Amino acid sequence: MPDRLTREEVERIAALASLELTPEEIDTFVPQLAEILEYARLVQQIDTTGVPPTSHGLAAAPVDREDEPRPSLDRDEAIAAAPDGAPHAGLFRVPRVIG
Amino acid sequence: MAGSDLYTVSDVEAALAAGTSATAVVDASLAAIAAGDGALHAFNHVARDAAAARAAALDAASARGPLHGVPFAVKDNICTRGIATTASSRILKDYVPPYDATVIARLTAAGAVMVGKTNCDEFAMGSSTENSAFGPSRNPWDPERTPGGSSGGSAVAVAAGFVPFALGSETGGSVRQPAALCGLVGLKPTYGRVSRYGLLAFGSSLDQISPLAWTVRDTAAVMTVIAGHDPADATSSSEPVPDYTAALDGRLGGTRIGVPRHLLREGVDGELLALFDEAIERMRAAGAQVTDIELPHARYAIPVYYLVATAEASSNLARYDGVRYGHRSRRADTLRHMYDRTRDEGFGAEVKRRIMLGTYVLSAGYYDAYYLKAQQVRTLIRRDYDRAFALVDAVALPTTPTPAFRLGEKVNDPLQMYLEDVFTVSANLSGLPALSVPCGLTRGRLPVGLQLMGRMFDEAALLRIGDAYERERGPMPRPARR
Repeated sequence: MPDRLTREEVERIAALASLELTPEEIDTFVPQLAEILEYARLVQQIDTTGVPPTSHGLAAAPVDREDEPRPSLDRDEAIAAAPDGAPHAGLFRVPRVIG
Repeated sequence: MAGSDLYTVSDVEAALAAGTSATAVVDASLAAIAAGDGALHAFNHVARDAAAARAAALDAASARGPLHGVPFAVKDNICTRGIATTASSRILKDYVPPYDATVIARLTAAGAVMVGKTNCDEFAMGSSTENSAFGPSRNPWDPERTPGGSSGGSAVAVAAGFVPFALGSETGGSVRQPAALCGLVGLKPTYGRVSRYGLLAFGSSLDQISPLAWTVRDTAAVMTVIAGHDPADATSSSEPVPDYTAALDGRLGGTRIGVPRHLLREGVDGELLALFDEAIERMRAAGAQVTDIELPHARYAIPVYYLVATAEASSNLARYDGVRYGHRSRRADTLRHMYDRTRDEGFGAEVKRRIMLGTYVLSAGYYDAYYLKAQQVRTLIRRDYDRAFALVDAVALPTTPTPAFRLGEKVNDPLQMYLEDVFTVSANLSGLPALSVPCGLTRGRLPVGLQLMGRMFDEAALLRIGDAYERERGPMPRPARR
């Protein structure tokens, strides 16, 4: 693991996160993210051998509901919130997929 | 509400019992907002027509729910059918949900009337409301200062006397901190106590919808309505819900309160610490047993929180891609560009920073060193509390390290802003309930909060202790009208 976050790494992460950042945004984020990660490395000081990870604050296992059909959102109404919806066709329109 | 002396839920109950109509109560709330919100920006949208129609329907009905005619405000990241829900983000600027969150349905069924949606940090990411795409909210105690965040608008709506209670959401202190900075009561319920259905997800293992009000009694009345199992949220608990107001017997005798003194040695404002100590002494004088406790892993809570919360956020916010709702970039001729440009145009700087951090700590090569490690330390933080609760009934800390800071003071220093949450994030990481109760004003007339953390699903004990403290403390002043 490198000691310091690099610009290339920030660009790689932005691509993974589907964010087209401007060069100015990348300039700002490189030192800020590096500083936060440096601080976060505090956790690496602790010996956690044999400690199980906690992924949620639940007191008990999640409760499943009965798998029975019940009324749900109206399809047309759900699609109506889309920036380019085609409610009557039951579709969302998007730009071409292959560039 | 301003001009009508209907500040609390109890005030509204008394007015209605004396023959005032729900319409008159809701009109007073709307009038107070119209007169005062221009200077404070509590609200992103005021649902004037919907609120008036609802009040008229209540006046025409014969049945009365437990919150009949009580106006309330809702953080703008909780879905309201037919009323814009933006999370204070450009990416959802025009989003109108086709459904109500479960808490909205429950409060409406109890007779409460939603009057509007409150400003917050974008997607609840921040501690000052300065990350809102629509500009910050201002603290009614001093408009040059932040009301706190991320549920700052909800705190302002109550503290300015616009509504007797409001809903916010908590991921790391986003209700307790603004409650403390605005002189209000805020309760972060046990994880799973209140349904998250209809809350725009930020950190799904941490998020809880949380009420703010003037008094512990009002908070208990709201909790009694919103708590409970919901089939639409698999993480909501089936644990029975008591009548929380029935627990408020004013007794502190025999209550064991633990204070982790070792966390208060540095980084805490001196005047705030003196007010906290005074609150602890008041509880001791009223019969509580106060002991010093150790929380050895508490100093790791902030780094753990910002690793876990950002990881979850990066995953939850992947859904905002310009396809199904919200903003879509016009500068895109392929699907891939549409995703990337929509998200760059739609999200603000702090949201991007957190998505970037979360993506980084989950990425190949870093997962074990950051994310997995943080989850393990999260276990240790929770174990500290389990040990503490074998000895005490509640853990007391200040809610915040300082009173309200000035707008602009921390907004360009993300790490400093994160440290604002130093005393609050542990409750979210461990799932425990936590209550903030005002414990006085500084010489500069800024409120500060006493925080009490309790056992899982024991909100009743926290509310009992908080209410008993409130009785010992006496009434809190309110901010001057502006």
